[in-house]
Amino acid sequence: MKYIDEYRNKDLVMKLTDLINKSVRRDYTFMEVCGGHTAAIHRFGITSLLPGNIKLISGPGCPVCVTGTDFIDKAIAYSKMEDVIITTFGDLIRVPGSASSLEKEKAAGADIRIVLSGLDALEIARINSEKKVIFLGIGFETTAPGTAVTIKLAEKDYIKNFFLLSAHKIMPPAMEAIIKEGVNLDGFICPGHVATITGSAVFNFIPEKFNLSCVITGFEPADILQSILMLIRQVNRNTPKVEIQYSRAVTVNGNSIAQRHLSEVFEPCNAQWRGFGVIPSSGLMLRKDFERFNVENNTPVRINFQEDNELCICGEILRGLKTPYDCPLFADICFPENPLGACMVSNEGSCNTYYKYRLTK
Amino acid sequence: MNDFVSLNQGSGGKLTHELIEKVFVKRFGMAEPLTDSAILKDSGFTLAFTTDSYVVDPLFFPGGNIGKLAVCGTVNDLAVSGADPRYIAASFIIEEGFPMHDLVVIAESMAEEALRAGVKIVAGDTKVVDKGKCDKLFITTSGTGILKPDMEHIGTGKRIKPGDKLIINGPLGNHAIAVLGARNNLSFSTPVTSDCASLNHLIHNVLDICKEIRFMRDLTRGGLATVLNELAVMIGSGITIDEASVPVDDPVKGLCEMLGFDPLYLANEGKVLIVAGTGEETRVLDILRSDPLGKYAEIIGEIIPDKKKLVVLNTSVGGKRILDMPSGLQLPRIC
Repeated sequence: MKYIDEYRNKDLVMKLTDLINKSVRRDYTFMEVCGGHTAAIHRFGITSLLPGNIKLISGPGCPVCVTGTDFIDKAIAYSKMEDVIITTFGDLIRVPGSASSLEKEKAAGADIRIVLSGLDALEIARINSEKKVIFLGIGFETTAPGTAVTIKLAEKDYIKNFFLLSAHKIMPPAMEAIIKEGVNLDGFICPGHVATITGSAVFNFIPEKFNLSCVITGFEPADILQSILMLIRQVNRNTPKVEIQYSRAVTVNGNSIAQRHLSEVFEPCNAQWRGFGVIPSSGLMLRKDFERFNVENNTPVRINFQEDNELCICGEILRGLKTPYDCPLFADICFPENPLGACMVSNEGSCNTYYKYRLTK
Repeated sequence: MNDFVSLNQGSGGKLTHELIEKVFVKRFGMAEPLTDSAILKDSGFTLAFTTDSYVVDPLFFPGGNIGKLAVCGTVNDLAVSGADPRYIAASFIIEEGFPMHDLVVIAESMAEEALRAGVKIVAGDTKVVDKGKCDKLFITTSGTGILKPDMEHIGTGKRIKPGDKLIINGPLGNHAIAVLGARNNLSFSTPVTSDCASLNHLIHNVLDICKEIRFMRDLTRGGLATVLNELAVMIGSGITIDEASVPVDDPVKGLCEMLGFDPLYLANEGKVLIVAGTGEETRVLDILRSDPLGKYAEIIGEIIPDKKKLVVLNTSVGGKRILDMPSGLQLPRIC
């Protein structure tokens, strides 16, 4: 299959593995920021192909995982109101809030529907004009333009019963927060999908300010291995810079149409990240012209937010300080059927991925 | 368990097992292991007996409809137990206002499929409920078949040994993707057709000639990964699967990539896993491949000694990883 088979070619993968083995001169630690990379690394058993002195750690790039418990609590509170339909991406429904989850509320009778895009949610609003339809907007620069287009369409078509609960976020400030945290890193396997929208230039501050290597990476095994090789070579030569491995999708300046939609509808705001707390200018809120779609303005809601389980180390995992194997709850008490933290829920969450594809060397 | 039943508990994975074990098995006093059919011995005869409910949405999909599915599913549950399917009972729960024409088409499909499979539909029941009290039409079929004494081990896999080979009769995931496509919630059409088919004649041909068949199971809800994990636990051994040898059609592969599904977990309605003794695998493959329902059969892996009872996947690029049970419904990717 085109764009798949050539990047999963075993001979090519073996050649890259061989080149990596020949290039290593020391220990290396690279962070894959995007949850899609974490999933691909484990799904294809990439770690089992790498020499032992290359350590890959997972970053904060799973949007479900970094969404705060308070967001889930708010969504649950809205789902309990009369004449409300909650529309959400599937991954979010099993994330534990303080006392319940959207999945449990759905089973108990709340009208919660899984959609594949904001436009599907808008369609539900058109059909159910007597109900308030709330779309749970989560995701980074990759999904946020879709939400922006949805909001614009709702505005254009005078759809008055469609609302957004936004936890959209942007990636570079979180990467900066990780570096400032002091995580021992040699470079980043940068998020390919985010960069498709933003362009590679948004990551330039990382080598310039912090002397760390960056390679924008695709999601197939050969992509990931080639990027690791590029990172090793940058580190060996001590020439940190932003390189694009995923050149079939990513350019320096990105997708200007998507960027325009994004900046017309959203503006930056401080945002709460699970594990990090508030990161300045890392979130996206609706601009004044579109404020009427903000469900929190239209119908304020109060929640009884409780802190996460104190033994759960999701936060430290998301900050790259620990791996799921360091968690006392991992696999014993916390597993996909009984997730205590969000990282165990999403297909792209570190704990879920580590559990599902438990490694064999 | 939760206070309310959730959709994930119907996914066929770990949560379904937990539901069955905690709510039903103990109360009904059922004997382990739970296989596709119960084996009943009475007055010198051995019968296989099974039942299944069908709630597929939509009722009509490329390659079949709920009626055809209800016959094939029960026929296959009996056939993979090593039995010769004979009789089926069918119960219908129909929503008020259901189009009579559709009901007739569905009944005709059932009759056609029963004829093809060589089974008789001999008993049934109909209930009509108020509009909104059930979703259009649900069908339950129960079936029984004759089990020869030398086939009793097939359902339990108790003769499986390390080195035995695993074979499937064709590409995975087509049923799930065909149904998903027919649901109209994808904004594009798919060329994928369900593999829904009665496999009893194919299986009969294999069992007739190959004497070293150790186990069979149809790869329905939960897909290949679920069956492999159940098997590993049941026989107390490990399994290795060679990902590159598992057939998946390109349109299915493409949709899985796009939606974040893994074909190894997707439901099939015309696929069987056969475990054959060493040396028997080529003969099984030849028989399967000579039948249209097994044309793309492949050897996909083997049984290995492993006390941890793990299913290990040799990935297509040369890596290794665990292939676990699904932990819930497969959910779409969001970024």
